[in-house]
Amino acid sequence: MQLEALTKLNAARRSRRAAVVVTDLASDAVTVILEGDAASGPLGEEIAKAFRSGKAGTVEIEGQSLFLNVHLPPPRIVVIGAVHISQALARLAPVAGYDLTIIDPRTAFATEERFEGVELIADWPEDVLKVRPLDAYTALAAVTHDPKIDDFALSEALRVGCFYVGALGSRKTHAKRVERLKEMGRTENEIGRIAAPIGLDIGAASPAEIALATLAQIVQAFRRRDLVTAG
Amino acid sequence: MTVSEILDPLLTAESWKHAGRDVAIATVIETWGSAPRPTGSHLVIDGEGNFEGSVSGGCVEGAVITEALEVIESGSPKMLEFGVADETAWRVGLSCGGRIRVYVERLG
Repeated sequence: MQLEALTKLNAARRSRRAAVVVTDLASDAVTVILEGDAASGPLGEEIAKAFRSGKAGTVEIEGQSLFLNVHLPPPRIVVIGAVHISQALARLAPVAGYDLTIIDPRTAFATEERFEGVELIADWPEDVLKVRPLDAYTALAAVTHDPKIDDFALSEALRVGCFYVGALGSRKTHAKRVERLKEMGRTENEIGRIAAPIGLDIGAASPAEIALATLAQIVQAFRRRDLVTAG
Repeated sequence: MTVSEILDPLLTAESWKHAGRDVAIATVIETWGSAPRPTGSHLVIDGEGNFEGSVSGGCVEGAVITEALEVIESGSPKMLEFGVADETAWRVGLSCGGRIRVYVERLG
């Protein structure tokens, strides 16, 4: 491997961008492919598969033995709203291997006592997301019911392409939200990505069940995401 | 560098190289049975035998480092195999009973 390839790989990892390193085991030739780069043919398919599964392995293509190493940013969940559902979600998420951060400017909700051991930021999403930007390996769940708090984060999540964007609220609430997001410049396609009402339909009733349905939907979105298009 | 960056073998390899040190990168290419580190794990080694990361959680690192020094010297990559079925296992075997293949290459 050349220093140039390693530098490219490390830059991608630092900026939370997924990369696959292809090593030709016979010639020692190394190629670094970033997610979103066009890759065609049988190798392109294998690379797309590697991005989806996150699993490294050796593939045989046209008599060549190629090792594909996958570097995915660790997935994380950002929750807007320090509410009852978030308390349950904060406990479930680490079990499934997700880091979780809660953002809520309302200090009455965002208390250490309610969220012991959880990363909790009692500030406006507008301010927090400036220094801690969302990305494609982040799931955003907006659960405050308050447009003043939820809307900016939702719009930002759609703009940067979070792998999951969910919003709590009835269909009626969501219809109004759709109008507001359009005014904020989001396209219909983008808005169509929002999971609302939030969570897989398992008949969830309690806050803990809604949290479970939401986490299951996040896992589904992550495992089935298809960000690489074979060109 | 932050603590987590220091513990990251690939970031370490980059900074070592920039500092003018010779560097080899070892990568787990394949595992069978219960191997302690998954495919894709890295160990990086410099020309003095300093290392960061792991390919087996400590079982075969010593042997990989010795081979890595040769790879740094020659510039040609090597494929190593360790495991209970292998004769070398008695010297530097995996206590967990698995087998691993490790690719060692020089950072050019």
